[in-house]
Amino acid sequence: MALTIRHLLGLDGVSRDDITLILDTADSFFEVLSREIPVVPTLRGKTIVNLFYEGSTRTRISFELAEKRLSASPVNFSVSISSVSKGETLRDTIRNIEAMKIDMVVVRHDAAGVPFFLTQCTNAVIINAGDGLHEHPTQALLDMLTIRQKIGRLEGLKVAIVGDIFHSRVARSNAWGMKTMGMEVVLCGPHTLLPQHPESLGVPVTDNLDEALNGADVVMLLRLQLERQSSGTFPSIREYRERFGLDLDRLSDLSKKVLIMHPGPINRGIELASNVADGPNSVILEQVTNGVAVRMAVLYLLGGGENG
Amino acid sequence: MVNRDNGATIFPIDGSQPLPRIVIKNGRVIDPANGVDDILNVVIDNGTIAAVSSDIPGVFNTAVTIDAQGAWVVPGLMDMHVHLREPGREDKETIASGTQAAAAGGFTAVACMPNTNPVLDEESKIRYVIQRAEGCASRVFPIGAITKNSEGEELAPFGEMVAVGACAFSDDGVSVAKSNIMRNALNYSKSFDTPIICHCEDKVLSYRGHMNEGVVSTRLGIRGIPTIAEEIVTARDILMAEYTGARIHIAHVSTAGCVRMIRDAKKRGVQLTAETCPHYFTLTDVDVGMYDTNKKMNPPLRTDRDRRAVIEGLADGTIDVIASDHAPHVSEEKDVEFDAAAFGVVGLETSLATVLTYLVDKDILMPSDVVEKMSLNPNRILNLPGGTLSVGAPADVTVIDPTASWKVESCHFFSKSRNTAFEGFPLKGFARETILGGRIVFKKTYPKTPLQLVKKNNGKG
Repeated sequence: MALTIRHLLGLDGVSRDDITLILDTADSFFEVLSREIPVVPTLRGKTIVNLFYEGSTRTRISFELAEKRLSASPVNFSVSISSVSKGETLRDTIRNIEAMKIDMVVVRHDAAGVPFFLTQCTNAVIINAGDGLHEHPTQALLDMLTIRQKIGRLEGLKVAIVGDIFHSRVARSNAWGMKTMGMEVVLCGPHTLLPQHPESLGVPVTDNLDEALNGADVVMLLRLQLERQSSGTFPSIREYRERFGLDLDRLSDLSKKVLIMHPGPINRGIELASNVADGPNSVILEQVTNGVAVRMAVLYLLGGGENG
Repeated sequence: MVNRDNGATIFPIDGSQPLPRIVIKNGRVIDPANGVDDILNVVIDNGTIAAVSSDIPGVFNTAVTIDAQGAWVVPGLMDMHVHLREPGREDKETIASGTQAAAAGGFTAVACMPNTNPVLDEESKIRYVIQRAEGCASRVFPIGAITKNSEGEELAPFGEMVAVGACAFSDDGVSVAKSNIMRNALNYSKSFDTPIICHCEDKVLSYRGHMNEGVVSTRLGIRGIPTIAEEIVTARDILMAEYTGARIHIAHVSTAGCVRMIRDAKKRGVQLTAETCPHYFTLTDVDVGMYDTNKKMNPPLRTDRDRRAVIEGLADGTIDVIASDHAPHVSEEKDVEFDAAAFGVVGLETSLATVLTYLVDKDILMPSDVVEKMSLNPNRILNLPGGTLSVGAPADVTVIDPTASWKVESCHFFSKSRNTAFEGFPLKGFARETILGGRIVFKKTYPKTPLQLVKKNNGKG
């Protein structure tokens, strides 16, 4: 089996078969991760550039670990946007890197569409590690992997994604991917943090948390960027917590089996109370573990590695 | 002489040569200022229109003859909204290259916006542009800035700029944000018969936006420029024109709401005119596709509902002018990530063909409407003498083939820049000859045999 996509730019338009293959492959890498030496030689000799134009610790480390466990040679290239804006264009940067003979590029950038742009500049395989407000596909894949592991299926499950939807590429990728997998997604937040035209994402939106949580199998809280308060999108942390925060009280109204997820990093006591984040329903650390397996699967399937 | 291998040629103006006598024979002469639309001959002598008639005076037997059978013969076209980039960004365009692009597009006159470096905000800078335009392939009428350095704080000296040839005032690229300054500008402008040209954009609402805010921007993850950013300032400027009695011209109208407000204001008798650009009646935000930076301009491509409203506004006369907002950029400003790409597209060399293809061929505009919106009205709005074929008028004439098919290939442009939104588009119609002040400055010859056909036959034979 092979993927029909050549790059992973987003989950918008990616087929159910492709997503299923990535998740199945990720499952099979768990066996590798539990070995005493969790390394396979499948991508030996492949050079992968981690091109991070935007700060990131967990995503970059997760990709790097996945690359090392597949025996690839990772090269890290972190750039501050300010130095780039004075210097060379993105096309020149990628052409220079390509001239050093590379196979794959994992890219994060604060401008939407950069992964697609890179496919027009280079022959290397491009993997999107987050582009502006657009997509963060490997995060959505690891979210779906986590849900499938815990509940055993995706089809028919209801997921509430709560918080700053407008600025969230995680919400967008999950909306596309989960809808493709037959899940029911509802997006919830204050109208100032919802897109003005949410209909294009093809899922319902609400400003009523109780409505969103009603019957949910999974609740995903998004990080609230505190600086948004000064730009006038919400009046106070207290009001936000009251209207959109998940605490034990609200949790007690939900199914005992509900999964609590968060792409991290968490604002404890704002979108998520500590005793919920650390409680029995939380799968937040499993998400992080699964991140490595999902990224191994994506790298393996797009990198043309031999089965080891 | 500058040649392009699509048969287009620019002829330099040699002032030492005598002005030729020219007879343009048997064309469909469309001159709405004089109520003419008939098969006639246009006779040019000594740089002016000598006659528009069915017969040709005998002394013109030896004149240069242009056979215009099947073609339109119209007063030279005028594009009242272009960016010539000189002074400051001569790598994008110069007055020389921009006027060649104008001539190749059928334009004998352009009005150029003052957002150069330095900004055209005083007499000496207006004079500089006029001097640099001498001997160029089209007339150039500079527009002065409303405020010094277009910073929206202090009025620029309208009087001294008008005295040396400024035809209007605009801070194009930005609005005059402070309403009290805009009010002063409108009141002050009443002493001169020049319009204030309004770029309508609330920069606080459009902040960090790169395309129309809508379903497409949401899907692409691009921050949006909402229609209300344009409409709020359009509403303000209409109210100000009404209150002060000054004359305004609304630039590059792109939204349904603006068309509606302008229509209503005209009904009330407010002194205003309006323009739109070819991309707003041909394309929508869907055409941004996968982050195509050649579809990025300001205001941005809107929705199909807006596009249809702009077309209605053109058809019912709400929108008086079609201008290109010709905005040349070098490739390194476009061949980048969408957010980093410069706003703007070139338009001088595709404007006429988009009008013929999308408006005339679809029976939205009559040929005489085209001449009004691309020649007569801009001249009237800017108080200039062009836009007619009246006897004695300067012989600025465009001969148009209204039906010939061609494909947009930016490599053939006379403009220095290639950032067209219409690359590869099949279009109908072009300027065959452009005559400026009685001299032929541009001519396009037809390829003798379509190349593909020859190859095909050879292969078979």
